[in-house]
Amino acid sequence: MPKVTVDGQELEVPDGATVLQACELAGKEIPRFCYHERLSIAGNCRMCLVEVKPGPPKPQASCALPATEGQEIRTDTPMVKKAREGVMEFLLINHPLDCPICDQGGECDLQDQSLAYGRGASRYHENKRAVTSKNMGPLIKTIMTRCIHCTRCVRFSEEVAGVDEIGALYRGENLQITTYLEQAAKHELSANVIDLCPVGALTSRPYAYEARPWELKKTLSIDISDAMGANIRVDSRGREVLRALPRINDDVNEEWISDKARYQVEGLTRRRLDKVWIRKAGKLQPASWNEAFELIAAAKPGKDIAAIAGDLVDCETMFAAKKLVNALGSDLVESRQTGMTYDVSNLAAVNFNTSFAEIENADAILIVGSHIRWEAALLNVRLRKAAKRGAQIFLIGPEWETTYPAEFLGENVSLLHDLPAHVAKAMSGAERPAVIVGGAALAKGALHPALALAEEWKLVREGWNGFNVLHFSAARMGSLMLGFAQKGGMADLAAAKPKVVLSLGADEMDYEPFADALKVYIGHHGDKGAHAAEIILPASAFTEKAGTYVNTEGRVQFADKAVFAPGDAREDWTILRALADALGVSVGFDSFDQLRAAMIAEVPALGVEGLADYGALPAADSSVKADGAISYPIKDFYMTNPIARASAVMQQCSAELLHGEALPEAAE
Amino acid sequence: MLSSGVCSLMAERAPAPDSPELRERWGNFAWTPENAEQAKKVVARYPEGRQKSAVMPLLDLAQRQVGAETDTQGWLPLPVMEYIAGYLDMPIIRVLEVATFYTMYNLAPVGKFHVQVCGTTPCMLRGSDDILDACYKRGMKQGHTTEDGLWTLTEVECMGNCATAPMVQINDDNYEDLTPERLDKVLDALAAGEIPKAGTQEPGRHTSEPSGGPTTLKDMVAENHDYRGEW
Repeated sequence: MPKVTVDGQELEVPDGATVLQACELAGKEIPRFCYHERLSIAGNCRMCLVEVKPGPPKPQASCALPATEGQEIRTDTPMVKKAREGVMEFLLINHPLDCPICDQGGECDLQDQSLAYGRGASRYHENKRAVTSKNMGPLIKTIMTRCIHCTRCVRFSEEVAGVDEIGALYRGENLQITTYLEQAAKHELSANVIDLCPVGALTSRPYAYEARPWELKKTLSIDISDAMGANIRVDSRGREVLRALPRINDDVNEEWISDKARYQVEGLTRRRLDKVWIRKAGKLQPASWNEAFELIAAAKPGKDIAAIAGDLVDCETMFAAKKLVNALGSDLVESRQTGMTYDVSNLAAVNFNTSFAEIENADAILIVGSHIRWEAALLNVRLRKAAKRGAQIFLIGPEWETTYPAEFLGENVSLLHDLPAHVAKAMSGAERPAVIVGGAALAKGALHPALALAEEWKLVREGWNGFNVLHFSAARMGSLMLGFAQKGGMADLAAAKPKVVLSLGADEMDYEPFADALKVYIGHHGDKGAHAAEIILPASAFTEKAGTYVNTEGRVQFADKAVFAPGDAREDWTILRALADALGVSVGFDSFDQLRAAMIAEVPALGVEGLADYGALPAADSSVKADGAISYPIKDFYMTNPIARASAVMQQCSAELLHGEALPEAAE
Repeated sequence: MLSSGVCSLMAERAPAPDSPELRERWGNFAWTPENAEQAKKVVARYPEGRQKSAVMPLLDLAQRQVGAETDTQGWLPLPVMEYIAGYLDMPIIRVLEVATFYTMYNLAPVGKFHVQVCGTTPCMLRGSDDILDACYKRGMKQGHTTEDGLWTLTEVECMGNCATAPMVQINDDNYEDLTPERLDKVLDALAAGEIPKAGTQEPGRHTSEPSGGPTTLKDMVAENHDYRGEW
């Protein structure tokens, strides 16, 4: 713990800290462009210059200088001020003065720091450099003349994403950032370079010229495109959500979000269900809420009613639906819409127990049936960190391109009973072993065999729980906490032959077994569920209602309402509440607060933000044998939910990046 | 401000475009048996897991192999760089970064002799402009290859031969202490398939020792003189 002095203030800094970090600990702001907390140190922008004694009598780059005992650091001397002004002036030599037409304007590091640390005017009269813009795919718009060569994007794709595709070609004043042959950036986290770019060189293509940051209302929300529960900020103007940006949460998403989380919000304005529809003579006709409710009441469901939750719904919606179904005397509720039947009697057995932050410390990881990059792109970042720290990673399932050294053992889940000797040795000999069971493996009955391995390898030990199930649906853990599941899964519901089926945005399920039932779709997008339904009640998407979401590690998080739902659409719980009146039953709440209070009274963990405690793992049932070739549920990363499917950007990504369709030539 | 000459040179540094013809010609690039041996030796110089460090010598080796195949100094077509990337199991963009950084790697085809005339201050003061003029007189043009495929002319920055300025570098050899006449002699010899003596072209000079004899440390010429007593 070296002791340093920053501007006369003495403080102790952690071992290995840099001078820049020491200054930050002392509360001093150090301007920087290339330095980023989550990337390696480059030291090439020179903006973070400070004066350090002992040392050469010149300003030093604080980001790359280790803090050592007895250093005297000054950030407020004339020398530092002059040095910053000088660096700023050099950076601005070749930077165009096009702020009025630049999308970064208003949230630009160069703009802000030039204001705070730069000279008032330029002394440069020669021609500026111009650089041709590069193609980086449908998500990233490039205006490379603005680039200041901080290389954050290069370091991000190499270090965090693990997909080496951006590089710095040529040198000196001719240096240019590009991808190889201007191919599109092809990974799930590519758009994070937009946030990293301190200037307007890399900006968001779909959001180009849409809005200025100061016009936007910022709402804290949770991403529902996968079960990671990434923390996002939804930026909206009027009734439209314009973009989603990551929020920093070191426990969940660090500082990143997947491209789908970022750009699927574009689909919130397309294919929306904004009025009530009733199917008459095979064709959907617009109708009123009363007509729809009367029709449902006329079906006299009584206790023959079932509710099926989709992947995107919040806990409140599921709780309201469950209360309604229960009030009618039924308990036919299910959320595993694709028909999975794994044992949910103990939630610890179906939870990501290690937690995302801790999985980085695992030293041997066995992944069973999960295409991590597509099912939880941000978890893949953590696994890459683990691999960089020396973890051995083994996978069972069809091969996919990992971004770290990993060994695929085979496609059949029965390998769990017959692991190669070196895998068993690595896992049993590891200090912090972890098993990750994906949805594709759960579908093949891998839960209990995996639990048996957990016992054999002692995955649960002092200070470590290495047993993990990785879900893909944002609603999954919340639904299981609310008991939104049957022992036999969807088959149980079909066997009960309900008269009325409430589909809460369930778009991936098979409606065939419910051909005789009155199918009521309560959702926000005209997708597969709406096509199968007799009655469509327009509801709210995740940005249009407050809600509680539980991610796959059992982390309870709350999202706020950013905008109002379009047209006649209502918040889901109000629809279910009104339906209760129509069906003549009482569900026991009249407001959202009452609903939430009732839900928390029933499941107290849902009222506390943070990791829910599910207790100890159950004993494994060793009689259960898993068998069958694993087949991943996601066939197309960009098209996994109704919002994404409605988004033109996601459709374009899917076509260009996954299916290799030719790039339409840009008009500019 | 950059002179227009340098700008046009840098434009030359863009890799030759990725065309079907380029793929057709170089897509099947592979080491010759001798170069395969050499490549193995080069990679073995680096510690286990650090094989990527061999990218620079291997790019050079590949450029020489391309040169041997095309009877030129050699250059690096994109498929060849991809071959190196595959050989070293590293991302192609990292290989391209190296190849575009160092001007010794030719990114576009060159002639049999790549004449690089140093035009930095010491050489310029000693007459590098006349050297360039002599090149122009023989039909060379900066950044271009002559029609007979023999000469490619480039003006470069300091090559570190200031003591024997002006100089040109032709492929692997330096020719120093040039005058237009001496340069002509060198180029004629090269064109005739001879190998002229590399280094200084000044009669009586061996390397970069002071021309006209030493002006200091004169006693050192004959023996290892001990000056310490005279300080």
